[in-house]
Amino acid sequence: MRSVAAAVSGWGRFPVEPAQLHRPERWSELAEIVRSAESARGVISRGLGRAYGDAASNKNGAVLLHTRFDRLLAFDAASGALEAEAGISLAELLRVFVPRGFFLPVTPGTKFVTLGGAIAADVHGKNHHRDGSLFSALESLRLLTAAGEILDCSRAENREAFLATVGGMGLTGIILSARLRLRPIESAYLRVDQERTRDLDETLERFASGDDAMQFSSAWIDCLATGRSLGRCVLFRGNWLARAELPAKLRGAPLRVHRQRLPSVPIDFPNFTLNRLSMGAFNVAYYAAHPTRLGFAQHYDSHFYPLDVAHGWNRIWGPRGFVQYQLVVPLESGREALVRVLECCAASGLGSFLTVLKKFGAGNEAILSFPRPGYTLTLDFAQCGERLVALARALDRIVLAHGGRVYLAKDALLDRETFAAMYPEAARFRALKAQLDPEQRFSSSLARRVGLADAR
Amino acid sequence: MSAPAQRALIVGASAGIGRALASELARRGYALVLAARDHGELQRLASDLALRHGVSAEVVAFDVGDIAAHARWLEACGDLDVIALCHGAMADQLAAQRDFSEVRRMIELNYAACVSLLELAAPRFVARGRGVLCAVSSVAGDRGRQSNYLYGSTKAALSAYLQGLRNRLAPSGVHVLTVKPGFVDTGMTWGLVNAGSPLVASPERVARDIARALERRVDVLYTPFYWRFILLILRAIPERVFKRLKT
Repeated sequence: MRSVAAAVSGWGRFPVEPAQLHRPERWSELAEIVRSAESARGVISRGLGRAYGDAASNKNGAVLLHTRFDRLLAFDAASGALEAEAGISLAELLRVFVPRGFFLPVTPGTKFVTLGGAIAADVHGKNHHRDGSLFSALESLRLLTAAGEILDCSRAENREAFLATVGGMGLTGIILSARLRLRPIESAYLRVDQERTRDLDETLERFASGDDAMQFSSAWIDCLATGRSLGRCVLFRGNWLARAELPAKLRGAPLRVHRQRLPSVPIDFPNFTLNRLSMGAFNVAYYAAHPTRLGFAQHYDSHFYPLDVAHGWNRIWGPRGFVQYQLVVPLESGREALVRVLECCAASGLGSFLTVLKKFGAGNEAILSFPRPGYTLTLDFAQCGERLVALARALDRIVLAHGGRVYLAKDALLDRETFAAMYPEAARFRALKAQLDPEQRFSSSLARRVGLADAR
Repeated sequence: MSAPAQRALIVGASAGIGRALASELARRGYALVLAARDHGELQRLASDLALRHGVSAEVVAFDVGDIAAHARWLEACGDLDVIALCHGAMADQLAAQRDFSEVRRMIELNYAACVSLLELAAPRFVARGRGVLCAVSSVAGDRGRQSNYLYGSTKAALSAYLQGLRNRLAPSGVHVLTVKPGFVDTGMTWGLVNAGSPLVASPERVARDIARALERRVDVLYTPFYWRFILLILRAIPERVFKRLKT
């Protein structure tokens, strides 16, 4: 099989690393690539490349493009149980199943991820406080192991491999297909409440008092506001609309699917486009443009995927790239941790462009799954070298001190010791990986950086 | 009442243009017989087509290189309205220059297997007085170039064969379609051409063109269309000039 040398990066376009790319079309070719992945760097499967850092990069190793495996394998309209290949995108699942009255049980903030990537990161969405992460909706998966075997994994069968693979960042094997339960919907629209808050206390109070009644909840936070306005937010919360509840003008096409053709960001914006001034202006304008507005109907595409309006939106950060930093801190110490994080960002002078705050519900048994009860905050920063690393280390210390952790699917900077402290279960994961993949045929830049695979 | 679905056999349906054509014909409501070596891939494709388009697809694990089995196998496929041969092999030119077995394999798959199948199918189609026989050739067969002539010459032979067959079957009402794709983003070309280049078409785009050409009884389809003009220019270059070009 042919392979190609290429420079590979995640969605943040940092780091950019050389790798040998493969694009197989058949399961037998996947097995062949795994068999031949005896090089020191092994192989990592890659979906649509939406992990921000180096989770689907493999410096000087092999990267396997998985997007050709996008077939639907089984569907039961009575139960919503769907089986599909791992390379299918969530956008494609929506295109097929929204018109049939089904939605994804859990969706991240972009629909341009593959099912396999979503499982490997155990993604969460705006309904985490109610429905948990993707793990909750996942019934089983088929894993191609380092030995070339196809392993059926579920809570009942090969349970440990299942728990290691969900959230396992592709390091236990190649996810071939998965079975999950879609959620029935009567319409493609939600009834949304948009509420502006004055400060962090009001924001957290609204989460505490209002989240139970809302299936979807998250907040945009003005990360440049300081002093008395620190933590001011615009909350977006919603529930699915039943067909009968739709406004008259939407009743003609209640299950309208998202737009198929999107514009692309045609060029890299200059690096200076997003600077402290422009981000400050954006944050002020965004807050001003979103007054409290209750009970309006919103299509799922605008509600869940506001950034999917243009392909390649990562180019607005310029060629330098950017880094996302998503943390979760427990409820008890959450308020204090959030204040310190926001103050630390403000003091650093590095603004975050789009900052999102959400309250998580219960965690799950998947070994490396990120979500746990508490508050999760997502920040993004331009890649600016040492200053950014210093900020990330400072944030790591705050998060760790409060018993929190960061999300591997976003991460590009975490070091091995901090990771081990944030994810004590990693030792159990490594032990399982040693059984499933003794020669470490599956590896990635991220895995070696944080110590989930050996740097050889 | 709508007419019963047209029944189409697609050889080489497990990947690339064949797989995309299967999806496109399923979308248009054809009943399909999918053939390739890898049974698992075909079954997954058949599930996909059934779930997306509600069509039934039969699956046959079949090695098109096994020419001795063609007659028996074609018999088992039953009555067909369309046969589309989408299988093919392209060896690396330099490797093939060194090793004739690579050339022989291309001759057998790209040319001999197509001739064998279509010669067996032709009288059956003629007897019914309708239907379309189609094979995917290549623009690489339109002019021999040093970088790819061992593959290209097998496709040139196929194109000439299809031309003759079309001529022979024209009075019977059976149509023959020659498909000449340019660069298509399949496993065959991946890594050789830049998939992001505007000259590289998706298999889905090519499949749409083929499906339309089948229904409109086009003789020779260049897909995407601009390859007709590219080849017109390439063919117009006099041989004494062309032979000195780095092509």
